[in-house]
Amino acid sequence: MEKRITLPITDQDIQSLRAGDSVLLTGTIITGRDAAHKRLFELIEKGAPLPVDVKGEIIYYVGPAPAKPGYAVGPAGPTSSYRMDKFTPALLSLGMKGMIGKGARSQEVIDAIVKNKAIYFAAIGGAAALIAKSIKKEELLCYEDLGTEAVRRYTVEDFPCIVAIDCEGNNVYQR
Amino acid sequence: MDVRQIDAAQITAAVKKLFMDCNYFIGGDIMAQLEAALAVEEQPVAKSVLRQIIENDKIAAAEEIPLCQDTGMAVLFVEYGDKVCVKNGSFEDAVQQGVREAYTEGYLRKSVVSDPVFDRVNTRDNTPAIIHTKIVPGDAIRITAGGKGFGSENMSAIKMLTPAYGVEGVKQFILDTVRAAGPNPCPPIVVGIGIGGTFERAAQLAKKATFRAVDTHHPDERYAAMEDELLTEINKMGFGPAGLGGKTTALGVNIETSPTHIAGMPVAVNICCHAARHASTEI
Repeated sequence: MEKRITLPITDQDIQSLRAGDSVLLTGTIITGRDAAHKRLFELIEKGAPLPVDVKGEIIYYVGPAPAKPGYAVGPAGPTSSYRMDKFTPALLSLGMKGMIGKGARSQEVIDAIVKNKAIYFAAIGGAAALIAKSIKKEELLCYEDLGTEAVRRYTVEDFPCIVAIDCEGNNVYQR
Repeated sequence: MDVRQIDAAQITAAVKKLFMDCNYFIGGDIMAQLEAALAVEEQPVAKSVLRQIIENDKIAAAEEIPLCQDTGMAVLFVEYGDKVCVKNGSFEDAVQQGVREAYTEGYLRKSVVSDPVFDRVNTRDNTPAIIHTKIVPGDAIRITAGGKGFGSENMSAIKMLTPAYGVEGVKQFILDTVRAAGPNPCPPIVVGIGIGGTFERAAQLAKKATFRAVDTHHPDERYAAMEDELLTEINKMGFGPAGLGGKTTALGVNIETSPTHIAGMPVAVNICCHAARHASTEI
């Protein structure tokens, strides 16, 4: 049975979730993938302010297809998370609470998840048309020039995902 | 010699349709394998993931929207009849225009950057496409095209094995590559394998193998048996749908082969996600 979580996610919610749990997320999340992570990371390294406040947020690794007329968003499934591994610990240390992506993470990311009491969700790769049904609204936050890789805010209702790595470091991909 | 003239606009229209169709409509072979996998899986998570993938692919087809947001880099295998002459433009331009129109007018994602290392600026129309052309006898143009997503492309590998590795060495490299890919390439995957030729021919054959239907076999029964054996071994790895555990890590293993050098036995493994998109046409 799926657990319904209202965003922003609370520390209590995070502590109650275990790797393998099916979850439906409702509220808002932010998006970002390779190019946006690289820019944010460069700003963090310089000690410069970020154009988006990641504190308390869950970031979704996605580069959507364009929306057909009449659609809130285009197909928007997760991209492979490991490409963001280099940048994730820095974002978690700024108070970001979670990530949504697909696939395994590095030990450094797992350690950072445990240290910061964060959480990593997996959405189903290649289920973009289905997942898009749970995204009701999008709003541009920054990096418009990156096109599909721009940082946006999504309003989601019952966004389906699975807890892949919980705040104790349990990992659904370990086999 | 009789020459058949084909208008560039006709090639553009055909290519545009191929890329829109393959991104909206999953092949019947893949859908049949997904349904079969659903019947085989026992774990609730594996069943749930397969149901969602099947539902996703049905939504995409019904609404004519891309089934995956990564609508891929455009790859075409062309058999170009030697009696064909393109009028009102060049073949290359006509194909690139078809890709441009499909991706800009068909609500497909533009995922190509102009320079791999320094600029990485999006070309905004998903060109250039990768075109593999073979000149064949005849007056027709046959095209098999697909959008290749990079979640799985990044998990691919090539190795210049030498003859002493033998059949066991070939299998080992393939299985090692699939195991290293693990949950990342959106399983259940299609494994395209190219064996023989030169370095680049093996890679090209591996890509071609991913464009073959998963319910087909290599014509040589020894390779056909290897396809079946590798599929069984891969599905024992346990990664399962979406890498969340289960019996279905791959939907198919396709091998393509070529003569090679006395000193070599190149093996390329091109991994494709369950959204194995390809379509064919003849002009």
